[in-house]
Amino acid sequence: MSIDKFTTIKTPCVPIAIENVDTDQIIPARFLKATERKGFGDNLFRDWRYDKNNQPIALFPLNNPKYSGKILVGGKNFGSGSSREHAAWAIYDYGFKVVVSSFFADIFKGNALNNGLLPVQVSESFLQELFAEIEKNPDTEVEVNLEKQLVQIASTGRKETFEINSYKKECLLKGYDDIDYLLSIKNKIENYEKTRL
Amino acid sequence: MGKTLFDKVWDAHVVETIDGGPHVLYIDKHLIHEVTSPVAFLGLDNRGIKVFRPQHTVATPDHNVPTINQDLPIKDQLSKMQVDKLTENTTNHGITLYGLNHPYQGVVHVIGPELGITQPGMTIVCGDSHTATHGAFGSVAFGIGTSEVEMVLATQCIMQPKPKKMRITVTGKLGKGVTAKDLILYIISKISASGGTGYFIEYAGEAFTSLSMEGRMTVCNMSIECGARGGLIAPDETTFEYLKGREFSPKGAAWDKKLAYWKTLYSDKDAVFDKEIMFDAANIEPQITYGTNPGMGMGITQTVPVQTDVTYKKALEYMKVEAGKPIINTPVDYVFVGSCTNGRIEDLRQFANAVKGKKKAGHVTVWIVPGSKQVEKQAIEEGLDKILAEAGIALRQPGCSACLAMNDDKVPEGKLAVATSNRNFEGRQGPGSRTMLASPLTAAAVAIAGKIVDPR
Repeated sequence: MSIDKFTTIKTPCVPIAIENVDTDQIIPARFLKATERKGFGDNLFRDWRYDKNNQPIALFPLNNPKYSGKILVGGKNFGSGSSREHAAWAIYDYGFKVVVSSFFADIFKGNALNNGLLPVQVSESFLQELFAEIEKNPDTEVEVNLEKQLVQIASTGRKETFEINSYKKECLLKGYDDIDYLLSIKNKIENYEKTRL
Repeated sequence: MGKTLFDKVWDAHVVETIDGGPHVLYIDKHLIHEVTSPVAFLGLDNRGIKVFRPQHTVATPDHNVPTINQDLPIKDQLSKMQVDKLTENTTNHGITLYGLNHPYQGVVHVIGPELGITQPGMTIVCGDSHTATHGAFGSVAFGIGTSEVEMVLATQCIMQPKPKKMRITVTGKLGKGVTAKDLILYIISKISASGGTGYFIEYAGEAFTSLSMEGRMTVCNMSIECGARGGLIAPDETTFEYLKGREFSPKGAAWDKKLAYWKTLYSDKDAVFDKEIMFDAANIEPQITYGTNPGMGMGITQTVPVQTDVTYKKALEYMKVEAGKPIINTPVDYVFVGSCTNGRIEDLRQFANAVKGKKKAGHVTVWIVPGSKQVEKQAIEEGLDKILAEAGIALRQPGCSACLAMNDDKVPEGKLAVATSNRNFEGRQGPGSRTMLASPLTAAAVAIAGKIVDPR
């Protein structure tokens, strides 16, 4: 199995200008009962997106027709809490390819990368400028170039480089996953086992 | 230069270092449950491969199981399907399963330690962020995603960048009525819900070394709530005493050999941490959270801090608390004692002793959920169920229960719960529910008073 390749993307963004967005908000626990990886996007941000009668909450950005695009922009400490990979699956399944934030929780970041969803960490000032631009013009486009590790707000020209370790970058560019690699070094793992207590 | 405890354990498990990338880390013990494993098994099936080292994985259903009538079929068909899938997958791959009604079933982070599966110096992972619990034994333990569960099943390894190291030292002993739970809630409130991100934390100092293993597990369990991947405490006599004679603890000559190794597991005097933080136990009072992340906590007698940013205001609005006001005397609807944070025998004892001879407040629903079948059995043997019954409270059956409300134990919309679990996120205990985190002692005082009170 492999992940989808990622190279560059230029699209408008959907902003969620809240800090500490935890994975319970991204996908509440009661939607984790599936035994297959299907349809999680329908319940992305379920309790912020729908009221108790399952009616869409108009103010929530995912329900607001003025916002669209394949980049989700979240406040600082995005993806905290539970390790549920369903959070990354839900965001990806909904149609996002990139999440931009000024800070990501560790487990979420790893889960995202393992699913071809690119977490782009920017400075707080870049993030605030981006939120402000999107508020002014919801069609504001952002370009993310993985090869150059560059993220740019099209309207203002503001750009930043972002970090990603070179191994993970290669995986995303080529669509490889970790399991393929680990399976390829099985002899080495068996040799390691022989050295254990 | 000396090594930290974390370095000693981590470095001993590195199979390979990839240039500019992660380490290939060998995993000694892998714990799985019904929620985060099915897609991983599906991945193996799609690749046409079997589990590489089935003897190093142990399974139990916990997240989804009912906490009453466990002998009857599970009513919720989706939950039943997940639990059945775990049985099917573990059978197909030759993995040990402690299924529903097995005497060893329970919350995965409760059964690992109580069975002696968790041991010092191990690497331990589970598709659950509270895997950090096992760090209480001086192991490197952390939560992983489902892709990583698949990696461990397929190769007994995962690929991880090595985290930075932080040491949190708390000097002095905890005061009366102040528990391990208050200690960790205090730390998280000081360093914030993201203050530990990127780090592995070693907890050091008398406040931790004077704790029982149960208390140390409570502390390490919540490391993820400040963003840290895990937390650990150097093993000592308390650790060795706890492990001796447990089901899967080494015996005889094997014990002596392991013990000699375990005694080498401490941070060298000249070891260097990337960050060091110090606190004084004398400053810690019983804690309670007022907001929607575990970092939004305070001493129970204090007033809710005043801040003006949007996220903070949204949290207070959700919780229906006011900045600048105390929360003491706030009426409470539900009390939940349980979870991998505070569902062990010591927690149940503390709660039972505190409610002994008293009655719970009429309007409060109290759920006491043991962390495992063994905890349940011991609680009954010690007569805790009778003490609870006299207080008008029933002892339920083991599972994760209202900590994440995947089963029927849901706090209704708008209701306020005081919970000994680990997360007070919006809707964590049921859509629209409100949660304040506290210790079992505080939970007991609240159950009797029907409102937020100081347990001292």
